Amino acid sequence: MIHQPDPALLTLVFLTIMTAQNTTTPPKKIPTQRILLWVGVALMLLFCLAPVLWQILTSFKTNPAISAIPTVYIPNGDQLTIAHYFSLGNEFLRYILNSFLVSLVSTVVCLAVGAPAAYALARLKIPGEQIVLAIVLVVSLFPYVLLFLGLLEIVKAAGLGNNYLALIVPYTAINLPLTILVLRSFFQQLPKDLEDSAKIDGYQTVPMLLQIVLPMTIPALVTTGILTFIFAWNEFIFALTFITRSELQTIPIAVAKLGGASVFEIPYGPIAAATVLGTIPLVLLVLFFQRRIVQGITAGAVKG
Amino acid sequence: MPMTPDTRRQRESRTGWILMTPALMILALVFAYPILRAFWLSTFTQNLGTQLNAEFSGLTNYARLIGDSRFWQSLWNTSLFTAFSISLELLIGLVFALILNQTFRGRGLVRTVALIPWALPTAVMGLAWAWIFNDQFGVVNDLLIRLGFIQERITWLGEPTRAMLALICADVWKTTPFIAILLLAGLQSIPGDLYEAHAIDGASPWQSFRHITLPLIAPQILIALLFRFAQSFGIFDLVQVMTGGGPAGATETVSIYIYATVRRYLDFGYGAALVVVTFLILIVAVLLTAGLLSKTRVNLTGD
Repeated sequence: MIHQPDPALLTLVFLTIMTAQNTTTPPKKIPTQRILLWVGVALMLLFCLAPVLWQILTSFKTNPAISAIPTVYIPNGDQLTIAHYFSLGNEFLRYILNSFLVSLVSTVVCLAVGAPAAYALARLKIPGEQIVLAIVLVVSLFPYVLLFLGLLEIVKAAGLGNNYLALIVPYTAINLPLTILVLRSFFQQLPKDLEDSAKIDGYQTVPMLLQIVLPMTIPALVTTGILTFIFAWNEFIFALTFITRSELQTIPIAVAKLGGASVFEIPYGPIAAATVLGTIPLVLLVLFFQRRIVQGITAGAVKG
Repeated sequence: MPMTPDTRRQRESRTGWILMTPALMILALVFAYPILRAFWLSTFTQNLGTQLNAEFSGLTNYARLIGDSRFWQSLWNTSLFTAFSISLELLIGLVFALILNQTFRGRGLVRTVALIPWALPTAVMGLAWAWIFNDQFGVVNDLLIRLGFIQERITWLGEPTRAMLALICADVWKTTPFIAILLLAGLQSIPGDLYEAHAIDGASPWQSFRHITLPLIAPQILIALLFRFAQSFGIFDLVQVMTGGGPAGATETVSIYIYATVRRYLDFGYGAALVVVTFLILIVAVLLTAGLLSKTRVNLTGD
């Protein structure tokens, strides 16, 4: 299978890398180890990229090429088309815009609400803060399916069906634990001197936070915001349940609906094109902010 | 006006609670309320039979759950899915982390690429995987035929065992990067001279791995397991788009069953009971892992 490296080879690579790890300094001493490392790297790239590349290729193939047997791996000029992208129509741009709107607003709200809480947990002595932290941590493990029933009742009672608030509030909430944990670990690393001298200069807590701490926090806010944006963009079950009007749908739902549109003839080409368009923003985020994303994930899970 | 230590502490505590209040309110609304509400609602019968009126029925829903073979089947499916996908992810994730921990040209780029599966929407990539495992035109069948493993195209998503296998493949692809990143952070925190000292003592690489690497990244492994267990146990989007729980319920996970109970059968009381039981199973598992974690001498809250 293309997506999973051969187990025997993996074991081999595995053992070699461990060997390589221990010989620390001279890397060119044992070239077989280097070769195996590169084999491992190649398999890893294949594993991560193959499904994505396959979807990109499918999105540019004509229908006859898509359903050709045996499968076409390298299409010729006649087998290529961009028609699938056009077939998605303008409403697909609408879905992308919807996703942008919901993800962006919930990210901003999440940071605005989460940052003060993280600061309080990092800096101030509060009785019961260990309990709050434990709750935040446990809550971050809840599968969303446990929440949608109760939320559905709230959404119905408040008349929020087909309203973006029905997504923005839950998205803010599901991202709050991570936001609080990442920002808390950031505040703990921030030197306290500045705040102390600001206090001596007569700053009250809130103006001090806004004028002195906030500017220094911006890099951490960006790191956290990227993660919350990605999670909000990808959320499925709430968007599926609370939004029924098609013009309000977000990307994951819109693409999934394409797949379920017809039992007999699934439009593989358009689905592939939709996959590519709907994930480009995320791929760009990963390309530009790889380092920050890694920082965020580890700060949220490991230090948290 | 000079402040006594006591009043300063009180003010600090008050400021702290004020700063936390908005976040705590949102968490209470979106997490605490639905869970507590499910406990309450699970003691009522509220379905089409009662014309959607809630009628108190005590523990009837739980009695029904015990005899509900579809629930037990879904719990079994979920456990199977969770056990296999997590083990594979941990194994491959560890290999990826060990590779990424080496110095080689282009490591930054490889690390970036390794993040891509993690960042993409599960529901969307689930469709991509359904296409890859397509019976007629799928690339998996084509490759297996070319490599001579099979003669005819085989059914993947329409056959119970292979449908589960396809789901596990897709999940492993999607979440291995997350584990790799966590484990890589663990590996990077191990000082290199530990290995040198151990090597001088005549230890083989495998022994070093067993006696240094594994014990020192044990906390990261447990944390990764904890997160992945919770996510995998509640898996919804991937199954929903790839198989919808089929064929004939062979890949129906607990969350798919809960969703169908509430949305398709409009059985709110019983759906609530399912939520409660799933929640309790999860809590027990989390407590067990947290206990293990504290044994590895790392405080979960980082202090």
